[in-house]
Amino acid sequence: MDFQPNERGYWGEFGGQFVPETLMSPLEELTGAYFAARDDADFQAEFLQLLKDFSGRPTPLFHAKRLSETLGGAQIYLKREDLNHTGSHKINNAIGQILLARKMGKKRIIAETGAGQHGVATATVCALYGLECVVYMGAEDVRRQALNVFRMKLLGAEVREVDAGAKTLKDAINEALRDWVTNVDSTYYLLGSALGPHPYPLMVRNFQSVIGREAREQILEKTDDLPDCLIACVGGGSNSIGLFYPFLTDENIRMIGVEAGGKSNNLGEHAARFNKAGGGRIGVLQGTKSFLLQDERGQIALTHSISAGLDYASVGPEHAFLQSIGRVEYASANDEEALNAFQVLSQTEGIIPALESAHGIAHVLKIAPEMSPNETIIVNLSGRGDKDVNQVQEMLEKI
Amino acid sequence: MAGDPNLQTTEKLILELTKIGASVIELGIPFSDPVADGATIQRAGERALRSGIGVEEILKTVSDVRKQGCETPIILFSYFNPILQFGLKIFVKKAKESGADGILVTDLVPEEAEDFHALLRAEDLSLITLAAPTSGDERLKKIVALADGFVYAVSRAGVTGARTDLSSEAENLVSRLRKITDLPIAVGFGISTTEQVAEVWRYADAAVVGSAIVAEMMRLAPNQQEVEDDFVEKIGKFAENLLPK
Repeated sequence: MDFQPNERGYWGEFGGQFVPETLMSPLEELTGAYFAARDDADFQAEFLQLLKDFSGRPTPLFHAKRLSETLGGAQIYLKREDLNHTGSHKINNAIGQILLARKMGKKRIIAETGAGQHGVATATVCALYGLECVVYMGAEDVRRQALNVFRMKLLGAEVREVDAGAKTLKDAINEALRDWVTNVDSTYYLLGSALGPHPYPLMVRNFQSVIGREAREQILEKTDDLPDCLIACVGGGSNSIGLFYPFLTDENIRMIGVEAGGKSNNLGEHAARFNKAGGGRIGVLQGTKSFLLQDERGQIALTHSISAGLDYASVGPEHAFLQSIGRVEYASANDEEALNAFQVLSQTEGIIPALESAHGIAHVLKIAPEMSPNETIIVNLSGRGDKDVNQVQEMLEKI
Repeated sequence: MAGDPNLQTTEKLILELTKIGASVIELGIPFSDPVADGATIQRAGERALRSGIGVEEILKTVSDVRKQGCETPIILFSYFNPILQFGLKIFVKKAKESGADGILVTDLVPEEAEDFHALLRAEDLSLITLAAPTSGDERLKKIVALADGFVYAVSRAGVTGARTDLSSEAENLVSRLRKITDLPIAVGFGISTTEQVAEVWRYADAAVVGSAIVAEMMRLAPNQQEVEDDFVEKIGKFAENLLPK
């Protein structure tokens, strides 16, 4: 199995292009431009050069010895995506797509953002190339990620607050799609996760797979062996698919995607799309067929997570496929577990993780102790936690 | 939008619009995330969803107006997920039984519509496909191949909702469509005045007015619970005034 989608962007029954007709020609144009860039050595060289010189790649693979010892099980390695320029893995995809937008001659860039990390990454690459940048962000996320809102403005982007639905990532994507459909000629939609209509899930995965390719080389160098287990948090699913993809054909490597368990299993109080009892079912939202949190009438449910970046009702279609064939396991960590992991990693390794990444760490805390010290886990530390410090302080004071 | 302000009013409105001579009635099935719609239809959808209605209740309304003698074609419009969750087969069966004539699914392009189209065709129901100014000639052929009843030409790139001027793109699109189909062509998106209707009638077979009527409904019934007795009549007058003399 080569894990490539078919020409209409389907992995099995998941994916596709469910968009207003107006967007079909722009998507065809984008697909053509992306495939040409993918096969163009000059484009790839420019991409890799920017990852190195602008973002500081390769990011280290760090052996978290104190955490491993404390848990008394598997050896834990952190893929330090938090050390990227702008503080998260989002910059990898933003660099790839901004090069594509320039190739396509687009002058105006739009993006959605949840936690603000993708918005900051997009604002950054727009500043780098002097392009107009508009970022849509839910009003609730604007409130809880105020620091990132300011960073985007500082970088010259316009942040448009979205006051619909739960005022989070899904609502920001709706507005970005409405903007795109209105301004198709001038505008490039720089989508931030492995979701949306084809070719976005494929393109974002490929740009992010630098994470897994580096991790593979690094773990072989450090341990002379492949890892036993990979763990990453899953919102839309870009950091996780970026880590997993280069290992998918290594059948012995266990992979776990960690969704946001939120406050409870009740629909509306979590963002665990693969939780069937919690309302997760196959459906179509924002251009793609995947697992969705929805009510029995197909209306999309509200979601909740302590972390804005995981607070989304759908999940990238490739994850839905990997779940359906049993290649990747999906677990969840709730708000409390994530908050705990946030503190544990800070205090045992001196690394403050993003609340999103803390969900992955929370799962490590659960399974590492059951594993042997000869086994290794790579966990994707997708972003740094500076943006979350104020929010965490407020929450800890309440407890 | 079915269920805005409430389904009883929707039923009366369909009968009223029939009386003033609407050639087709487009009846919305609300969806929580309507990416192709502007603020007016979004708000109407939110209002309809607040009352808890779904596909089942809306089809019941269609069959109720049919029982009252309404023969105007009724086209349902929605997004794919509410239909998919209802079940495509059962939806087609019940839509047929209700007396609906077809459906327009805003986010279902021809490439994704094959199975649904086959089910609809088996029951002699129409799939109304959208053509956009951005659609290339190859796409227009695919769109026309699936079309049934009429082709819906989107007047310009954008979401639904009133615009002050109508672009020349619409007329270009209609003439491109004329070359490949004999089906009637309706033009919609952004048409909100009598002048715009008259302009569209010059080159197309029908003008679709949605948001303008919905906006007037919200203006007259800002509170869903309190709909005045002459509401339906006023909306009828409003719609009638959109028709060129």
